[in-house]
Amino acid sequence: VCIHRVRSCSSIRFIKSKYVCVFDKSALKFSHQQRLFRTSAVSCGQIVQFKLSDIGEGITEVTVKEWYIKEGDSVSQFDSICEVQSDKASVTITSRYDGIIRKLHYNLDEIAYVGKPLVDIEIDASKGVAPEEDVVETPPMSHEEHTHQEIKGHKTLATPAVRRLAMENNIKLSEVVGTGKDNRILKEDILNYLAKQTGAILPPSPKAEIIPPLPKSETLPAAPKDKARKIPVPVSRPIVFSGKDKTEPVTGFHKAMVKTMSAALKIPHFGYCDEIDLTQLVQLREELKPLAQIRGVKLSFMPFFIKAASLGLLQYPILNASLDESCQNVTYKASHNIGVAMDTEQGLIVPNVKNVQVLSVFEIASELNRLQSLGSAGQLGTNDLTGGTFTLSNIGTIGGTYTKPVILPPEVAIGALGKIQVLPRFNGKGEVFKAQIMNVSWSADHRIIDGATMARFSNLWKSYLENPASMLLDLK
Amino acid sequence: MVLQSSLKNCFQLSCILRTPKAGFRSTTCGSLIIQSISNDVYQNLAVEDWIHDHVNLENRQVLFLWRNSPAVVIGRHQNPWQECNLRLLRQKSIKLARRRSGGGTVYHDLGNINLTFFTTRKKYERMENLKLVVKALKALRPQLDVHVTDRYDILLDRQYKISGTAAKLGRTTAYHHCTLLCNADKFVLSSVLKSPYKGLKSNATPSVPASVKNLFEEDPSLTCELLLDAIAEEYATQHHIDHHITLINPADETVLPGISNKTKELQTWEWVYGKTPKFSVSTCFNMVYKDSVLDVKVDMDVKHGRIEVCNIDLPEQWLPPALCSELVKSLVGSKFCPNEITMLATTLLRMCPQDDELHNRWNLLCENMVMLM
Repeated sequence: VCIHRVRSCSSIRFIKSKYVCVFDKSALKFSHQQRLFRTSAVSCGQIVQFKLSDIGEGITEVTVKEWYIKEGDSVSQFDSICEVQSDKASVTITSRYDGIIRKLHYNLDEIAYVGKPLVDIEIDASKGVAPEEDVVETPPMSHEEHTHQEIKGHKTLATPAVRRLAMENNIKLSEVVGTGKDNRILKEDILNYLAKQTGAILPPSPKAEIIPPLPKSETLPAAPKDKARKIPVPVSRPIVFSGKDKTEPVTGFHKAMVKTMSAALKIPHFGYCDEIDLTQLVQLREELKPLAQIRGVKLSFMPFFIKAASLGLLQYPILNASLDESCQNVTYKASHNIGVAMDTEQGLIVPNVKNVQVLSVFEIASELNRLQSLGSAGQLGTNDLTGGTFTLSNIGTIGGTYTKPVILPPEVAIGALGKIQVLPRFNGKGEVFKAQIMNVSWSADHRIIDGATMARFSNLWKSYLENPASMLLDLK
Repeated sequence: MVLQSSLKNCFQLSCILRTPKAGFRSTTCGSLIIQSISNDVYQNLAVEDWIHDHVNLENRQVLFLWRNSPAVVIGRHQNPWQECNLRLLRQKSIKLARRRSGGGTVYHDLGNINLTFFTTRKKYERMENLKLVVKALKALRPQLDVHVTDRYDILLDRQYKISGTAAKLGRTTAYHHCTLLCNADKFVLSSVLKSPYKGLKSNATPSVPASVKNLFEEDPSLTCELLLDAIAEEYATQHHIDHHITLINPADETVLPGISNKTKELQTWEWVYGKTPKFSVSTCFNMVYKDSVLDVKVDMDVKHGRIEVCNIDLPEQWLPPALCSELVKSLVGSKFCPNEITMLATTLLRMCPQDDELHNRWNLLCENMVMLM
């Protein structure tokens, strides 16, 4: 793209040589290098009016619906310029020329006329006006690639856009099999050639022999032979890497998260981690899963974690509190609205289960199911997403052991659960046994919560989960 | 048999691919009739894209037959908020797709068949295609009163629309597709195609509503399979090929390399909603809060599916003005999407003073805003 611009303006003559040097070896392969000096004396390129071609069916006017380019943009031949509509037909108009868009003759929703100018394109003077057919070019002499082509003894037919693609990827046109008219090399041919060269970066494409698996009992004896002979290696579109940085504004929900997280970091966090032996809980859940299933509810570990947390909060209500902005007052929340962090396509959302203190494990599981299906459908309501007082994040479903969770204001504590691993541990008799171990990482607001409180809460929570029967004593 | 077809399928399709295999250029393959084994609207639309982009139609034409599980399909330049009841679609898990061809909005379900006629741009001729369909219907049931209008619709009994048309023209190839109502759910159709959104102003292509009828209602012996078969038969006759339908799997990357990318693109928010031409929303609604009824006026400009300009007129001091302006500021740049707005608003609430009254009002306002989307 830059080369085109440089070529068409004589005033930047001096920059040209410096410019070419920047690209070390690939610069030497640019045939344009020769042309650069030849055309340096010529002024900016010729402006051509690209007229709207015939749409068919006797249609004379269309409505311009979308522009894919704007004034000043560079286009190559066959690039899409705009989308027009006429009587239920949407037509993509592509450029006939390489060049720079200088003028758009219509605004959006205006009527455009067949045969009248659609855009003005400034094309390179050296090439002249490209005819209806593709351009046939004889490359200049003193270049290694061209010597190669001379040896072959025939001109290689390819459009400028295709030539550029070949050059950008260091491909000799002479080595590419052309499949267009008169053996013209098309863009697809370059891409297919690339596919063979750079197998490493292509998406995996199975070989010919693996194509549609047929059972052995297929009653066409001729078929396998046909398959081997006639079915070609499937070609998947290779990815031509043109890595460019992309900058987007931070908007909407993400902008709100930036605010929340910035505020959260103002809270002095302290962390406390521990290891929980879930061996007994794993067994209990296995027993209860089918019972829940019969009632139409999927039972995971979370309902147990949530209920145990609520029981713990009854003993340590400071963890279910909120500190006001001026840090003057602490509000002890009566309801245990325990939030469960969920990862969705849009990002992190934390719906909460309301009033866990009066819910059974089964009811919590049922609520979780409801929140999870609404969450994945992107249909959670404001009520489900607000009013949380305490949060648990099961990052372990994705992976990890210990983390450093960030407290979600206006709460004062958060717990993150790692994955459950089977690890060797010692039992009371000093024997090694297989234990189901999960790690928990708590973060708490050190302004009102001290280490001892957090530790005691964690121990209580841990004891409920390591010995689920003990939960029965305290269940309300 | 499906299995036999998939073998033939691979052979025949590959011979019309534009891959540089010298042997195939000399093979003369006639026109082709293909049918999708998938009922996923995105996968099927992706097949259309794929054929449009990759198949050389110089010496042959292609007829593509497909059916979808419940979906609403809007035209390339349409506004989904104007065309259908998005809330109902979300509730009923009916998919929304934007096709690349022009035209209006249609409802698809398994009782509707879709036909796509692929030709070179020069041979693009919608009337001929529709006449073929009518001929096939009459051959199947001579007593059917069906004819093609000059708006490229097919009418039953001179009154009821049973088919709508749209087309896409590219540089070298073109396709014309149309629907055919055999046994679709008319009740769902009419309820989803009615937009509840008020105050929308846009230059998007509007749909022209029409009374519809199922062919099944006219003749209960008609099924989608019979219709598909009859149309394939007529196409085969006119194109001098065997009446053979090749089955195609839109999830098969080996036969259709690059198809999964096309399918993914059709499902992105940026395509389905983001391609909506610029529009404005200017409306007001009532909110009932405790014992009072409040009037709220909302004005928004939406471009590329995102809120560009936003103005909310609330009764004075109902919400702290600082909070209101914070909300409005955050809405700018956000997607015009209920989920996005809900997540945004509930996240912002974390930064507000912990006041139940305030929270209730905030939530009420947000829920009402979300109803506009």
